[in-house]
Amino acid sequence: MDNKKHQYILAIETSCDETAVAIIKDGKEIVANVVASQIESHKRFGGVVPEIASRHHVEEITFVLEEALKQAEMTVEEMDAITVTEGPGLVGALLIGVNAAKALAFAHDKPLIGVHHIAGHIYANRLVKEFSFPLLALVVSGGHTELILMREHGKFEVIGETRDDAAGEAYDKVARTLGLSYPGGPQIDKLAAQGNETIDLPRAWLEEGSYDFSFSGLKSAVINTIHNATQRGEELKKEDLAASFQASVVEVLTEKTYQAAKEFDVKQVIVAGGVAANKGLREKLQEKFMSESIDLAIPPLSLCTDNAAMIGAAGSIAYDQGHRAGWDLNANPGLDLERYGERDKN
Amino acid sequence: MNILAIDTSNETMGIAIYQDNKITAEYISNNKNKHSIRLMPAIVQLMRDVDLTPKELTKIVVAKGPGSYTGVRIGLSTAKTMAWTLNIPVVGISSLETLALQARELGYAICPFFDARRGLVYTGLFQRAEDGLLTTVEEKNVLFEDWLEQLKDVNHKVVFLSPDIDQYRDLIIEILGDNAIIPEEIYHTARPSLLAVYGRYKEADNIHNLTPNYLRLVEAEAKWLEAQRTAKVENE
Ligand SMILES: [Zn+2]
Repeated sequence: MDNKKHQYILAIETSCDETAVAIIKDGKEIVANVVASQIESHKRFGGVVPEIASRHHVEEITFVLEEALKQAEMTVEEMDAITVTEGPGLVGALLIGVNAAKALAFAHDKPLIGVHHIAGHIYANRLVKEFSFPLLALVVSGGHTELILMREHGKFEVIGETRDDAAGEAYDKVARTLGLSYPGGPQIDKLAAQGNETIDLPRAWLEEGSYDFSFSGLKSAVINTIHNATQRGEELKKEDLAASFQASVVEVLTEKTYQAAKEFDVKQVIVAGGVAANKGLREKLQEKFMSESIDLAIPPLSLCTDNAAMIGAAGSIAYDQGHRAGWDLNANPGLDLERYGERDKN
Repeated sequence: MNILAIDTSNETMGIAIYQDNKITAEYISNNKNKHSIRLMPAIVQLMRDVDLTPKELTKIVVAKGPGSYTGVRIGLSTAKTMAWTLNIPVVGISSLETLALQARELGYAICPFFDARRGLVYTGLFQRAEDGLLTTVEEKNVLFEDWLEQLKDVNHKVVFLSPDIDQYRDLIIEILGDNAIIPEEIYHTARPSLLAVYGRYKEADNIHNLTPNYLRLVEAEAKWLEAQRTAKVENE
């Protein structure tokens, strides 16, 4: 008989435009996972409007909490801890989750734990497959492009990051230039699959041995290409432009991830964040790591985009490691990942 | 009866506990910074001071704006979540009404207001009703000067209450003259104790549907609606 008491974590995520609540069992199993997306509301503005995101969060939060507990058939009383994204993200949006989490923790006398959003994206993978250390995580989303090395649970070394635009940001900007509606990333991915890489676009490798990224040059090159074609009265095939742009992004991401995986001799490579849903990127990475003994882990699409299950998974480890937040927990829009991993236990 | 009242909607952060016809604890600070950091520690401290546990609370009253968008949401997300999880009623009261309570006994019309920049204010007009509650005549986001001209035409005495009173004192007197009543300093910030007492008599809101009283659209949304309207007119 299984006498061990299970651990249940309630997690809240409101860092951008999804109001999400999840309940996670023993750090690895999803008991409930509810995401209220605001994408339809922000579509009309061509991007996320922070004040509108915050307004939606405060309208949705108790609905989503109720739905998650209903799905789990559990009560807050049965939780071991309340975890919440404390940053990075939009400050006004983060504040809704943080204050709701404090209210829950106080009302039921439960431990309160702040979680780093990117730690969450990485830990989304632990809901699918156990970690093997050392591991390398490629985090790609609308706000992030980072290579993170983990030698143990809860500790993060950023070995590469973007110097300008995040990959997802470049996707959205190029999509806008091509007249595609928001969010542009998935649409470029779809178009790229129908086109050919016929246009020569730059790859920003940066200095020898650097794992940093840069996508602003590529973005400008795409805009120039369109501009020049228009001036000459030529019609560019959108599919080909998308394919060429995507090829450049994917090649740099894949190659740098591969080099870093080799250098640090990792056992596992994890791909995380919204752009991990990109088919072109998934295929290229699978191709690259196929013949390697390194385990490549990419979560299912539903766990790539923002959700609270990932915050619960990362929160579970933080709980086990003894991290506890005080009642003065604040939203921290610029929270640093390495420092989060080194925060003092109290 | 154990009522917790919360107001983080403007510069004042206020918390009060009302137990069996008596205010047993009250906290006020007039420093707009970091309501999000300070709110929960202050609630915890106040509850401890009166030896009250969250599960003993019977109602939560919250000031729902207008005011600082972020401030209003800090109070509301705390109040809504706590009321929801404790399964107790929550009442949202306009922050203008909360401020107007300070002059409830004077018998005049009351005009509370908060500066909303560029000559605009969040304001309203309140009147004391038979039962002692306030009746909201109006609430809006308006150019203060236009609003004062409207009040002048009514030709009644009006009590003005605002944490931003000094900024507008001269303008009020210039337009309303002897009809303007401006109480002394202490009355221009909202009291959470009044919010708690008053909330006792107010009907509970539906927790999920309780939303901030912004009195103003987000700029992007206002522009979008305007564009829709223009497009519609052009199509007709
Ligand atoms: Zn994210």
